[in-house]
Amino acid sequence: MIEMEDVYKKYPNGVVAANGINVSIKQGEFVYVVGPSGAGKSTFIKMMYREEKPSKGAIMIDGVNLAKLKESKVPIFRRNLGVVFQDFKLLPKLTVYENVAFALEVIEESPKYIKKRVMEVLDLVGLKHKSRMLPTELSGGEQQRVSIARSIVNSPKVMIADEPTGNLDPETSWEIMRIFEEINTRGTTIVMATHNREIVNTIRHRVIAIENGQIIRDEQRGDYGYES
Amino acid sequence: MKARTIRRHVKESLRNLGRNGWMTFASVSAVTVTLMLVGVFFVIMMNLNKVATDIEEDVRIRVHVDIAATKEDQQALEAKIKQLADVDTVEYSSKEAELDNLIASLGDEGEAFKLFEQDNPLYDVFVVKTKEPEQLEKVAKQIEKFEFASKVKYGQDDVDKLFSFIGTSRNVGIILIVALLFTAMFLISNTIKITIVARRREIEIMRLVGATNSFIRWPFFMEGIMIGVLGSVIPIVLISTLYTYSYDYISAKLEGHFIQLLEMNPFMYQVAGLLILLGAFIGIWGSLMSVRKFLKI
Repeated sequence: MIEMEDVYKKYPNGVVAANGINVSIKQGEFVYVVGPSGAGKSTFIKMMYREEKPSKGAIMIDGVNLAKLKESKVPIFRRNLGVVFQDFKLLPKLTVYENVAFALEVIEESPKYIKKRVMEVLDLVGLKHKSRMLPTELSGGEQQRVSIARSIVNSPKVMIADEPTGNLDPETSWEIMRIFEEINTRGTTIVMATHNREIVNTIRHRVIAIENGQIIRDEQRGDYGYES
Repeated sequence: MKARTIRRHVKESLRNLGRNGWMTFASVSAVTVTLMLVGVFFVIMMNLNKVATDIEEDVRIRVHVDIAATKEDQQALEAKIKQLADVDTVEYSSKEAELDNLIASLGDEGEAFKLFEQDNPLYDVFVVKTKEPEQLEKVAKQIEKFEFASKVKYGQDDVDKLFSFIGTSRNVGIILIVALLFTAMFLISNTIKITIVARRREIEIMRLVGATNSFIRWPFFMEGIMIGVLGSVIPIVLISTLYTYSYDYISAKLEGHFIQLLEMNPFMYQVAGLLILLGAFIGIWGSLMSVRKFLKI
């Protein structure tokens, strides 16, 4: 599903954020990406949704080589991908429903399909009853659920999450993880960068640790491995 | 593009225009001022051109016949002029006819010249028309060499002066207009830049969820086009109203002359079309500048 071969990334300012990364993630896997700040975690994640291009090497996602993907084909590629962020990235003036529908409107889906599909995913994240509220009227956890709903509304095969629980209290974080688990059991591959030791050590999955732009550890059902 | 999408883009760009009301107003005004000047300038230039062409097409050579010439000499001269290759027509006008013309053209004040009917100081004249206006000078020089052709005059000097005046004012005007066009484009691109910055988050999300680049760009293009076309409305209305009045006023004065202004009917539509197109062009260009710079997609 996701293959990285000898991936290097050097930023124009000289920082080497990826220094020969090789990794293979299969369909349906759930992977934690851990490591100290500034170790190249974010670059690793960003290259997967083609926000950053590798300087060298190949990144294959679902048969598409991101290193060679034309700029004009990036939007089409992203439709098969869900992305969730620490800061939710919701539009404050749109309601919960509109925020989720937005993702389908901009790819020109039919209004009938949009209506049906948006209610479906809102139901999945348990926010059907709050569809008319504005993001500011929701708690942080609820906002993150809206953002998750938006990311899966395209039924993506891969979901990428960059510290999705970073802004949430522990209680709410577990809630979010339950939803991720649910999405994962439906067959979606999930790659999640996180600093949350408790989650990594409790809900055991594959752990990839990145330091200085390299993978220093890759184990199935691994633990967080850093002293906090 | 689907109709639904077009509706969305139009709605979106209208909303943006409303949101940045004052900037929109400033850019529309800049376009209005620019197009107003372009329009007035264009109308004047086209009419001057028309007048010059009218005059040029009408110019003829007036050959004064020497007083010493006899009837036979006159006929010989006429025959020689007619033989020139580029000559179209030759008309004879006796000195009595010339005086009558003069008196008629001066109106009331012409009465005084009636005194000259006894002792006419004017010349008999051959009025020569060439086949093409450009041959005037050549033909005039040839006739000058003939016997009994005492004075050869043609209106080329006036026409040349008029054309050189038109040429100069056109150049000056074009420089002025280009400067104004750039000002308008700059203002439009600034207005759109503000919209883009205000909607940065929305654009970022659009890109994350897979909106195509053209989908993201379209509302901004439309915004530019709308500003441009809105800016052309006032100039079109004002110029066509003004031209209607001026046309009626000036045509009345020119009644019976060979000089005429351009007719309302095709001309005003041409001007309106030109201004709308120019407005849209300024708008598109202005939006292109900011979209390219601030939407790095």
